Amino acid sequence: MALAKRIIPCLDVDKGRVVKGVQFVDIRDAGDPVEVARRYNSEGADELTFLDITATHEGRDTIVYVVEQVAGEIFIPLTVGGGIRTINDVRMMLNAGADKVAINSAAVANPEFVREAAEKFGNQCIVLAIDAKQVAGKTDDLPPRWEIFTHGGRKATGIDPIEWSKKMVSYGAGELLVTSMDNDGVKNGFDLLLTRTISDSVAVPVIASGGVGNLDHLAEGVIEGHADAVLAASIFHFAEYSIAEAKRHMASKGIEMRL
Amino acid sequence: MTLSTHSTLSSTVAVIDYGMGNLHSVAKALEHANAHAKILLTSDKQQIANADRVILPGVGSIRDCIGEMERLDLVDSIKQAAATKPFLGICIGMQALMTHSAENEGVNCLDIIPGEVERFSDQLSDPLARGAAADHHLKIPHMGWNQVNQQIKHPLWQNITQNQRFYFVHSYFVVPQSPEPIAGSTIYGHPVCVALAQENIFATQFHPEKSSDAGLQLFANFIDWDGTYNASTNC
Repeated sequence: MALAKRIIPCLDVDKGRVVKGVQFVDIRDAGDPVEVARRYNSEGADELTFLDITATHEGRDTIVYVVEQVAGEIFIPLTVGGGIRTINDVRMMLNAGADKVAINSAAVANPEFVREAAEKFGNQCIVLAIDAKQVAGKTDDLPPRWEIFTHGGRKATGIDPIEWSKKMVSYGAGELLVTSMDNDGVKNGFDLLLTRTISDSVAVPVIASGGVGNLDHLAEGVIEGHADAVLAASIFHFAEYSIAEAKRHMASKGIEMRL
Repeated sequence: MTLSTHSTLSSTVAVIDYGMGNLHSVAKALEHANAHAKILLTSDKQQIANADRVILPGVGSIRDCIGEMERLDLVDSIKQAAATKPFLGICIGMQALMTHSAENEGVNCLDIIPGEVERFSDQLSDPLARGAAADHHLKIPHMGWNQVNQQIKHPLWQNITQNQRFYFVHSYFVVPQSPEPIAGSTIYGHPVCVALAQENIFATQFHPEKSSDAGLQLFANFIDWDGTYNASTNC
């Protein structure tokens, strides 16, 4: 009897439709969020994450509607990220039926926002999302080092993701979503060293993200990356693998799963 | 999914809305669990008094939770409901039923079920882990799907398999004064009481409204429950 590791399918949503970016550039349309959520739930998804990538302000209201629809019929935890910048954004998503919000760029711009949101709504609903690129130790002999990037990977911040993780947890983040921007969409697996380094330095759960191409990658995220949950989009999204298959595969590697 | 439910009579369920978190999913899940039930999200004392059954949900910190109950003058209504009709506490709503919580430098709770609320230790490790994994500290909060071992037979466990997984997210857990009210337990570093049963009261540390089919079944059972439970008939 033990806590299960989680599989979290991620749905990128643009103007109310599900899409998936490959390295945030090449985007393919693939469906209605409620339909996709229903399918993932029936396959045994442990949670769902919606990432709103809508660029325009007007289009952003659609995510609220999507969350309301999904929360009204799918009874597993829902996380919403993308464009969460104010206390009011957080409140709006939670009121729509989200259980957690993922905060990314807004935390970099104003770390106090995380503290304020956690105090107001509880640590359990604040997921701190980190997009990191490896900046040393990859093609040179230097010790490995990463840096946080914002604005879809265009803007370097000079922030070390490991120090940042510890700081954000001390501010009240209840969970960390760690995405390797080098690996995202490349399908070569998570950045295991980055995930493990962060997971081993904080008390809160860590979700590994970015780079899943096959089911072994999911298992590696837990076994070698020390992740508490694994997030993936395209391998589920284009039905390359079902979530049920992924869970069975992870369980066969000795990982505690909810089957 | 087919839920097992036999009630088609209208039953009013008051979900106490005292400003602690979003109750949308609790209400929606109850509606899914039993289409005939009338679900009220309310902080109105009269509605709580008139309801057939009452749910005390909650997320956030215990100090805010008890503070809001007091500010809205709901303490007596909650105690009255917990003494007289089918009553379900969820998460903080379970912890609030105890005598005292260690959260927020110590907070006195409703003292309906004698016992304490304690924090998970930062040094928890998995008693079953072997090799390298044994060195890892367990994360806090206890977040995700864990198995619930039903310690007693109870109408709320009906049609739910033994050791079913439910969704948890919490850093504090209840320690009842006597083991008698323990209805369910899990293991997170050590055995943890995650469900309580005392006469017409049932309480869960996990979130039925986030626990998919098993959670909906528990809600359906609650709506069907007449509030009777006699601990001494359990074997």
